[in-house]
Amino acid sequence: MRVEPACAGPVVQNAAHAPTVLALHGVTVSLGPAAQVEALRSITLALHAGERVALVGPNGCGKSTLLRTLHGLLPIAAGKRTVPQASRIAMLFQRPHMLRMSVRRNLQLGLWLSGVPWGQTRERARQALDRVDLMHLGDRNGRALSGGQQQRVALARAWALRPDVWLLDEPTASLDPHAKRDVEALIADFGDEAPAPGRLPPTLVFASHNLGQVKRLASRVIYLEQGRLLADLPVNAFFNHTFLEAHCPQAHLFVKGETT
Amino acid sequence: MNSFSDSVTTALGLVVSGDPALWAIVSRSLAVSATACALACAMGLLLGAWLAVARFPGRSAVLTLLNTFLAIPSVVVGLVIYLLLSRSGPLGFLGWLFSFQAMVLAQAILVLPLVTALTRQVVEDSDRDHGEQLSSLGAGRGLRSLLVAWDERYALLTVLITAFGRAVSEVGAVMIVGGNIDGFTRVMTTAIALETSKGDLPLALGLGLVLLGVVLLLNSVVALLRRWRERLDGGDLRMATA
Repeated sequence: MRVEPACAGPVVQNAAHAPTVLALHGVTVSLGPAAQVEALRSITLALHAGERVALVGPNGCGKSTLLRTLHGLLPIAAGKRTVPQASRIAMLFQRPHMLRMSVRRNLQLGLWLSGVPWGQTRERARQALDRVDLMHLGDRNGRALSGGQQQRVALARAWALRPDVWLLDEPTASLDPHAKRDVEALIADFGDEAPAPGRLPPTLVFASHNLGQVKRLASRVIYLEQGRLLADLPVNAFFNHTFLEAHCPQAHLFVKGETT
Repeated sequence: MNSFSDSVTTALGLVVSGDPALWAIVSRSLAVSATACALACAMGLLLGAWLAVARFPGRSAVLTLLNTFLAIPSVVVGLVIYLLLSRSGPLGFLGWLFSFQAMVLAQAILVLPLVTALTRQVVEDSDRDHGEQLSSLGAGRGLRSLLVAWDERYALLTVLITAFGRAVSEVGAVMIVGGNIDGFTRVMTTAIALETSKGDLPLALGLGLVLLGVVLLLNSVVALLRRWRERLDGGDLRMATA
């Protein structure tokens, strides 16, 4: 019988000095009809302003659950979630969700739901569409757009909220290579955006199966397996095979493509 | 065979010539079912949308009960409403038995589970797709269900039309609580039953043809709605509304 190597404990290297924008302290999340499945187990992590954090791990490891928990969409069974800076959080899903109305109305509705008075939503929606270069699609039905266009509209809807924290659940997974490149470039662009006066630099947290994308976008990588955080490392350390093999063999196997 | 073809010819004549007795029954029938559906939809759409997103102990039992009521025979609804509205019943003081209101109440109760169950299904399916996104933007559960219901408005129009079809074609409930009184509570289905038993086949057939026409019209509207919705999902909003 083959014995899988295992990390002795979570390997964490985190020297960030920027302010914390979102943190989880020993968070456990249970899912299922009788909350019988522990999707996340005792997760502790802090996100700092300006970081670009990639969540990686095999299918079902808890990446999406972690993103939803960070947003506050899922109830926490144990532990605590804190948002010290009163950060504004936006979330993007793998499949963009557009309501059966014009692209502009979709953006206006998103802003209104987030607390922006309806009278101000039209101008902000226009700015957001302009930002993603989709002004010409403003009157089109959101549902009638291609996957790539819908994801760009979803990015515009998130950008319109001026979020401090972006939570992105495999935002390019369902797109063709061309759209993937466009959306990835936009995400990188949003991450580099100068913060508004009095705000912190934007923090990106994204789940991805694409390790190339992780290398291109992330400054920090969190590796999850079966709901546990096994590694939380700067991107260089995570892709340093010798280091990773020595400190977290499971993550090393994943990177080598042996556990997927 | 001759009597059948003669009856059909006479029936068509009644329909085309605008026979007052026939069209009085038709308009009463449509008025009863339209009012009943308006009431049932006002309640059923809200109740169904709420059930789609609400999570509470016993929800699955409520859904099972609701689905059971989908198959409830109209005569049973008629009987229950009859007992409620009869002089000694709890709603006897209303004096509604054998009236337009009694028929509306019976049909509304008959189609309420249908509207609620179908709305619940439509909204729950759509909420599975869009609910989380709306929640992430800040929508509470109630607002989320209303937005999803609005997003599925074309599907819900189909539900409404289906409910109207069920109401206008039922006979048991209106027969019991309406009493089939000539010029007062006689509707298409009860008139067909009565005229057939009396042997007045032309009037029964004429009403049958109108009823068939109504159902055909409803189905055509449903098909048109579906096509319109597909066109909306695949094109420009300005083009679709122009």
